Amino acid sequence: MGKGVAITGMGMISAIGKNVTENYRSLISEKMGISRISHIDTIHKNEIMVGEISATNAALEKQLGLPENSWSRTALIGAIAAKEAVTHASITEMNDCRTGLVSGTTVGGMDKSEQYFYQYFEDDSEWHHINGLHAGDSTQKIAHSLGLEESFSTTISTACSSAANAIMLGARMIRSGQLDRVIVGGTDSLSKFTINGFKTLMILSDTYNTPFDENRKGLNLGEAAAYLVLESDSLIEKEGKKVLGYVKGYGNANDAFHQTASSENGDGAVLAMKKALQVAGLTPEEIDYVNAHGTATPNNDLSEGRAMLRVFDGKVPEFSSTKAFTGHTLATAGAVEAVYSLLALQHNTIYPNLNFKTPMTEFDLMPQTKLKNKELRTVLSNSFGFGGNCTTLLFSKNA
Amino acid sequence: MKPVYINSVGSVSAQKTYDNDDFLEEIMTYNDTILRVIDPDYKAHIPPAAARRMAKGIKMSTVSAKTALKEAGLENVDAIIVGTGLGCIGDSEKFVSAIIDNKEQFLTPTRFIQSSHNTVAGQIAISLGCNGYNYTYVHSAISFESCLVDALVQIRNEEANHILVGGVDEIVAHHVDTHRLINHIKSEPVSTEHLLQSNTAGCVMAEGAHFFVLSNQKKETTYAELTAVTTYNTLSRDKLTEKTIDFLSQNGETLENIDLIILGNNGDDGFDSYYGILSDGIFKNTPQAYYKHLSGEFDTASAFGFWLAAKILRGGTIPKAVQLNQIKAKKPMNILLYNQYRGENHSLVLLKRC
Amino acid sequence: MADLKLELKEKIIEQLNLEDMSVDEIGDQDPLFGEGLGLDSIDALELIVMLDKDYGIKLADPKEGRQIFESVETMANYIEQHQTS
Repeated sequence: MGKGVAITGMGMISAIGKNVTENYRSLISEKMGISRISHIDTIHKNEIMVGEISATNAALEKQLGLPENSWSRTALIGAIAAKEAVTHASITEMNDCRTGLVSGTTVGGMDKSEQYFYQYFEDDSEWHHINGLHAGDSTQKIAHSLGLEESFSTTISTACSSAANAIMLGARMIRSGQLDRVIVGGTDSLSKFTINGFKTLMILSDTYNTPFDENRKGLNLGEAAAYLVLESDSLIEKEGKKVLGYVKGYGNANDAFHQTASSENGDGAVLAMKKALQVAGLTPEEIDYVNAHGTATPNNDLSEGRAMLRVFDGKVPEFSSTKAFTGHTLATAGAVEAVYSLLALQHNTIYPNLNFKTPMTEFDLMPQTKLKNKELRTVLSNSFGFGGNCTTLLFSKNA
Repeated sequence: MKPVYINSVGSVSAQKTYDNDDFLEEIMTYNDTILRVIDPDYKAHIPPAAARRMAKGIKMSTVSAKTALKEAGLENVDAIIVGTGLGCIGDSEKFVSAIIDNKEQFLTPTRFIQSSHNTVAGQIAISLGCNGYNYTYVHSAISFESCLVDALVQIRNEEANHILVGGVDEIVAHHVDTHRLINHIKSEPVSTEHLLQSNTAGCVMAEGAHFFVLSNQKKETTYAELTAVTTYNTLSRDKLTEKTIDFLSQNGETLENIDLIILGNNGDDGFDSYYGILSDGIFKNTPQAYYKHLSGEFDTASAFGFWLAAKILRGGTIPKAVQLNQIKAKKPMNILLYNQYRGENHSLVLLKRC
Repeated sequence: MADLKLELKEKIIEQLNLEDMSVDEIGDQDPLFGEGLGLDSIDALELIVMLDKDYGIKLADPKEGRQIFESVETMANYIEQHQTS
């Protein structure tokens, strides 16, 4: 059906690398980023493992040329990843065309809010963080650090599909001619808020997460920021830009089943994947690799596995979850995996689903467990979130 | 371009707006620094089993969304798009304070789950059984306008026929107390009638839930046509006039065609000057209205302005309580809305009678 | 035992915001989930915290809750057998 939307830049920071190149190197050398938590003091530190970005806030602030303790970690990593994407796309003048920014986040500045929750009433030293609780504040800060002005700049928060939805909106805005260029992705830092929240849901693993394994014990939380630059065909033509790949299809659907759990047969996931295929004008047989949501919770992997079996009519192509590398980076997951999907296309590489030992009893599904080279034309990437929010993105090598 | 119709409205606000038959006939006046909504009979709309875990924001939204769906005569929609500055912030705050007070022990999941910004959109989807597109925008003063931008693209590109869009925010203690520290909220009470003459910093903070059905089909219930929306993350005072004129001309309108401009003045003497640029400038001779003295300020307060515009276009009259200047308006054809918050996140929205 | 059951009913009503219910309406053997009181998986997590906080009983796997929380009676039995504090 429709032509894909061109991607001209990408940037990211995660537990397995401070930029795109480092991330790719970790992926192909099977280097996990999961460890005990070091930047947050929590009583759960010995019972959880996380995908933490190694740099301290002070180091990130130094990198951005900001004074110490000026922004939330969410905004800091977001600005770093967004800047890398913009540089990668060779953008020198940010406001020379209709440029937008769409960012996904769930925690926003919660890391600071929870730290100074009571201190705000004792002294004024941290008052500059008060407004940071607004999720949109992180996006405003990123826009500011990019020099983006008088622009469409917005924030999406649909739990763990936030960044995937940001990419989808950006692609739709370019396709419909509303924007010439848009920076899309997401950012979420670790916080006590999410650690304790997921703890109450009893879906945190006490060891390395094992997606799609029969004995999976839950997820590892992660933190990351990742952004893509999408540009219109006319802009690409005008500037003779190199295209990294295309957002070929997208679909968002709601499971409408439960506030946190996915339906047994993954109805929302099936709808999202089908919509994405329809937008792309591709058949299920034309998908070469699936980067699954695969959080390693009992519920997600069963529901997603069943959904894939339904969409691909039993013939699921090679698939893997990269959550064993990065942990579940919540809002950012869709953007992290968008970058990984593009790198997969560029290098014709399928990443291994680490830590997998035993197939699930409910169905006959084996993820790709070894790094594999294969000519890839299309990659399907899933991101599902609370509130039944299901999003599928389809990336392709050719328009 | 395909027209986009506003086919119904639903509102829960600091005014008695939950009944669509009423249009600001009785004005609730206040003398305060924060305002709460006039509660509708939640129990009449929400079964107790469903209500037991609902935060205030979800309850307000449920009533407002149900009102809009009922008026539009729809059981379901193709998409649900919600804007909220802070989501169910009350539950977020309670969860954070429990983490601190109980030293990360004995925490329960409900408040955490409700804290997810998309809990309102998700809950509406569950209650309707709506498997369609489900988005939540959380970008301060343009949270609601982001929904409008998205919905316009969807209907014009035939991706959806009927979309439920809404804006919701609830007011809670810690948020108010902290924002009072940084003077975002007024320190002294101000009366409804004198909001714009307060000459003090900050706003009167409030809450509310507004939902609308946008559709590609005109119906008996249609209020107006939504013709254009645009937002700017930054906009300096000296560029505002130029941007406004550009916006109108890009959408085939002229200054003279605007019969009413609805402005988002909130009585903050640091930032109301933005509105002054338009009201004393290019729209000096245009009938003007304002509404935040009635609704209070919150991230999605502009949805009250949108509600007001829709009501005016359908009914043809401008309630006295919202008139900002003395210029008599004829039955308005075209209404322009302008809003910003603290000099950021500006929006222009254009509505037309139909 | 009767006291414990009454106490549990009161706690269930309070913890799970079952505002419109009274203790008389919950029978000792009434199923708490599904067709009975209509509780769901989120309520189960709330009850797990209640076991921990009020009775010092920790459950590692939410699946264990399914049998324990079948009814007020099964809960009371489990608490009597496992209570440490």
